Amino acid sequence: MKKYSVFSLVKNALNHHKDWDVAWRDPEPKKEYEAVIIGGGGHGLATAYYLAKYYDLKNIAILEKGWIGGGNVGRNTTILRSNYMHDANNLFYEQGMQMWKGLSQELNYNVMYSPRGILNLAHSDAQLNAYARRGNSMRLNGIDAALLGREEVRKMIPFADFTENARFPIFGGLLQPIGGTARHDAVAWGYARAADDMGVDIIQHCEVNGFDIENGKVIGVQTSKGNIKTNKVGLCVAGSTSILAEKLNMTLPIEAHVLQACVSEPVKPLLDGVVTFGAGHFYCSQSDKGEMVMGGDLDGYNSYAQRGNLPTIQHVLTEGVALFPNLSRLKILRTWGGIMDMSMDGSPIIDKTHIEGVFLNCGWCYGGFKATPVSGLTFAHTIACNEPHELSVPFKLDRFHTGHLIDEKGLGTKTWIS
Amino acid sequence: MLEIKCPYCGNRSQNEFAYGGDATVKRPELNSEISDQDWDNFVYYRKNPRGNHLELWHHISGCRQWFKVMRNTATHDIIQTMEMKENL
Repeated sequence: MKKYSVFSLVKNALNHHKDWDVAWRDPEPKKEYEAVIIGGGGHGLATAYYLAKYYDLKNIAILEKGWIGGGNVGRNTTILRSNYMHDANNLFYEQGMQMWKGLSQELNYNVMYSPRGILNLAHSDAQLNAYARRGNSMRLNGIDAALLGREEVRKMIPFADFTENARFPIFGGLLQPIGGTARHDAVAWGYARAADDMGVDIIQHCEVNGFDIENGKVIGVQTSKGNIKTNKVGLCVAGSTSILAEKLNMTLPIEAHVLQACVSEPVKPLLDGVVTFGAGHFYCSQSDKGEMVMGGDLDGYNSYAQRGNLPTIQHVLTEGVALFPNLSRLKILRTWGGIMDMSMDGSPIIDKTHIEGVFLNCGWCYGGFKATPVSGLTFAHTIACNEPHELSVPFKLDRFHTGHLIDEKGLGTKTWIS
Repeated sequence: MLEIKCPYCGNRSQNEFAYGGDATVKRPELNSEISDQDWDNFVYYRKNPRGNHLELWHHISGCRQWFKVMRNTATHDIIQTMEMKENL
């Protein structure tokens, strides 16, 4: 791989950009691999990258039924944060936040990491108290958090509705200064290029149709491009997990739901951080192109369609206009949907399975993007060492049997409400 | 926009309804031998099919009746709606 640098940019510019190398190869699958990762999204690509980098597995394939980065890693709202209350979540996602800091340098690919801060707004005294509690929990785990009053929030977002007759007046908010955004496509492409450079075969348009199991061990996978032998298979197929799990005779504590997001037409710089509305479910940031990037509730019924319906978009944007009245003047440029693995406690699952050599990474609900580096790292450890990484021990599948749930929102098993 | 045929009121827009989840989940029988696995399956584990899904809906802004819907999760097509006491 030729290193990207300012010099390579100048050199190629002088050459009219005719000599850039391809960023990754397009190989045919080999007969056999040490490990096969199913799913060429952020988590699958990161898992293969860390397997090759830290665990000395070189003969790795990523099988992707579509094209890399075409699923949820290209459909999210690019938010990075670790502002949780439970220790398990705090420690896990904070490791991810630390990894984001140096990711562009590590991958030699600009992921446009931007720690611009994330602000959760409170609209009552009770909510502000709850945020104080969450902020304390974060600080006890070494994560910076600041509780802001109404006037401090007003300095940050003066265009929010601070009028006397606002239906949900702003009482204050919880700020995680290190929260922010990253360019989601670049994360997929950066991991793909770096993994490919270490010899990982990224095989696109290759769908897995079945598994070869012998005496409780996996010995291969059946794909649309032929059978591939392997003793280790990692599933990183959030959105389609239950479909592949069925082929392994597994039922999972997961429901598939569609989540929509949208962007407005681009405007001049208005909002420099990420802001969430506390009286409903709406969050907003401004992309570097100037579009307001917005999202909110699930559509709220089981769905494998990567598109949703208008009532949810209308509902979410009604909340947006309640918070930022000036949004009402903007046109919506684009809406889209992605399929979420909604787990029954709102937290992910990273674990071994009852079949030796088959590993599971799923259940990310709508919080998977920020976890891409740490998910890859801990899942690579699980695959290579055949046991969970210390950070992902709480995210084992058996918690649904033992009762050690990580129910951050306390919503129970009605996944469509969250 | 989904258009859902309430068995009592006829076709209405999605806005009038609330979702109730998988209708095939069965609570373990009272007073029978129940394993932990039975409870796990009832509380947490779902078939989650891509294709036809039998589910509960509530006509919350209408007649307030619960009813069953057979809907395709890949296309969002509604195949059939029925009263709670009805089976396929």
